[in-house]
Amino acid sequence: MSKSVSLIVAALLLASPAMAQDKTQVGKSPPRNYGVGQVATPAQIAGWDIDVRPDGVGAPAGKGSVKDGEKIYLEKCAACHGEFGESAGRWPQLAQGKGTLASHDPVKTVGSYFPYLSSVFDYVRRAMPFGDAQSLSNDELYAVVAFVLNLNDIVDDKFVLSKDTWAQVRMPNESGFYDDDREKSEKAFWNSRPCMKDCGPPVKITGHAAVIDVTPEDKTPRKGGVE
Amino acid sequence: MTDSNDDTRTSRRRFLTGAAGLAAAGATGAAHAGNPKNLPPNIAAWSKTLGDGVAVRPYGHPSKFEKNVIRRDVQWLTASRESSVSFTPLHELDGIITPNGLCFERHHSGIAEVDPDDYRLMIHGLVDRPLIFTLDDIKRLPRVNRIYFLECAANTGMEWRGAQLNGCQYTHGMIHTVQYTGVPLKLLLEQAGVKTNGKWLLVEGGDASGLDRSLPLAKALDDCLIAYRQNGEMLRPEQGYPVRLVVPGWQGNMWIKWLRRIEVGDKPWYTREETSKYTDLMENGKARKFTFVMDAKSVITSPSPQVPVKRKGFQVISGLAWSGRGKIKRVDVSLDGGRNWRAARIDGPVLDKCCVRFYAEAEWNGEPWLLQSRAMDETGYTQPSKDALRKIRGVNSIYHNNGIQTWALKANGEVENVEVG
Ligand code: HEC
Repeated sequence: MSKSVSLIVAALLLASPAMAQDKTQVGKSPPRNYGVGQVATPAQIAGWDIDVRPDGVGAPAGKGSVKDGEKIYLEKCAACHGEFGESAGRWPQLAQGKGTLASHDPVKTVGSYFPYLSSVFDYVRRAMPFGDAQSLSNDELYAVVAFVLNLNDIVDDKFVLSKDTWAQVRMPNESGFYDDDREKSEKAFWNSRPCMKDCGPPVKITGHAAVIDVTPEDKTPRKGGVE
Repeated sequence: MTDSNDDTRTSRRRFLTGAAGLAAAGATGAAHAGNPKNLPPNIAAWSKTLGDGVAVRPYGHPSKFEKNVIRRDVQWLTASRESSVSFTPLHELDGIITPNGLCFERHHSGIAEVDPDDYRLMIHGLVDRPLIFTLDDIKRLPRVNRIYFLECAANTGMEWRGAQLNGCQYTHGMIHTVQYTGVPLKLLLEQAGVKTNGKWLLVEGGDASGLDRSLPLAKALDDCLIAYRQNGEMLRPEQGYPVRLVVPGWQGNMWIKWLRRIEVGDKPWYTREETSKYTDLMENGKARKFTFVMDAKSVITSPSPQVPVKRKGFQVISGLAWSGRGKIKRVDVSLDGGRNWRAARIDGPVLDKCCVRFYAEAEWNGEPWLLQSRAMDETGYTQPSKDALRKIRGVNSIYHNNGIQTWALKANGEVENVEVG
């Protein structure tokens, strides 16, 4: 191949991946070690590794009772979530809602919707109280989560939550979820020849956003200019 | 009442009909007619005097006449701005790239201000070598540039029960498209060496919500990026400065901002964000989980309620279309609420899991239009009507509302978000 031809070929090779957004072009096997990054020590990992799985893997040492949890909850959570988890104002509701999921007004709470204890525990551990994250001790965390479970009638007043009692907690909606099935249940949407002409009877307007009138007022000019 | 949105403290009805409304309308009219002193045969003011010199605006801003082009929020949606959303002004934009300052925001504990010197990314779990990377480490690795859309799964979520919010900024503004520069996640995982029983990753943010999601390893190895730049410059704080995860075509909640940790495991975690949130409740009370992919969708951005029509005659109808399953193949536009369709013209790049810009041109003589657009992707998936979606999913699922949007154009040029049937 002459030099100029190979240059043109090289230019084309360079040009095409950009348009196609090809998959990873670097890091092809065999993987290369770039000698970048430091080994993480067990102590460094322990400080950051706060996630907990449904089977309790990752749950820390410690324990807490419903009774102790009530005190912590009233002090650190009730202002937003309400004394009984009913929510104060527009903050999230944490309790009640049982039996509403199939209704016109589903109320999703820890008791009515969360599938696993870990889904609550892991979240409170990392994110609550809102604005004061990771401030609870492990014992306080166990206690306050135990109390939220108690508010939802999932554990009794005497319950003590810990690694040891973890597996005793069963959430009511554990079986309420199934894997994404859109490719089956919505197969009809894979229709590459949709109707183009005279598709059905003339359509009518059945609802108006302007009538509902919940749009924020902003300075965008909405008035048409046509007289 | 909002104070960062730009509203006058008058209601829209008064805006349109009252004294304030007349003044505002007059101002708009004047802007249209222009100031005669600047118009031919006169010489415009800016043609006679010196303007600002170089570096007077060391980081440039849009023209002062474009103050209306901003993100906006809907305050009644949430209890606090630290856990809330602001919307991209899609109606003010063209092409496919979203300017960095206009990319919608969704935070769960406000914007973390991460010092890049103290930034660390930890990779551990089922790996041969648990590692910690600094930002400099990440920047030393081979990098790629990719343009993707990022759509929140709750985009259009307020519209399940009918037309609610009057403006495509609010109905469809939880999306943006930027070019990311970053390192393939695969390459980073290879540095740690994923063990053969590794199947899922926990990806976690470094803000005070520590947002954590389970990500299938196969997706991580396919096309995910550890990104640190958007449109050439470093990520904005509200987009996860200095490092965010890019999960092409999948719901925005997984694109972890301020990324601090990746743990390799053998099962998903079922975190709060993938159970209590981001699961799609069906009519029978059961919910779909792990609905990661964003279905093909489109919206006409102009005309739309915030971009009324000013004149009869020739009109350019413009919009965006995207699919999480690949490239957009075709976009159709209807003027009669979906009875008759014509193919729109796509202009600009057509990329994998990226927005395309489409146009349709038409004459308008004041007759009512019911404007719709319909996207089709390369897998043959065609954007369904809202009713077709509701038939399968009911109205409680909040997420993944990709139904066809209808804008009603009225004789006076006003445009409204409507439901048709
Ligand atoms: C200042 C108000 C505030 C306080 C105090 C507070 N929270 Fe929250 N909580 C929130 C907000 C806001 C959210 C939702 C955040 C989001 O989704 O981004 C939330 C979410 C939750 C959730 C998840 C709800 C769901 O349905 O997904 C739980 C559980 C929770 N909080 C428990 C607690 C506990 C336990 C405490 C006390 C230790 C607490 N919160 C203190 C504001 C608060």
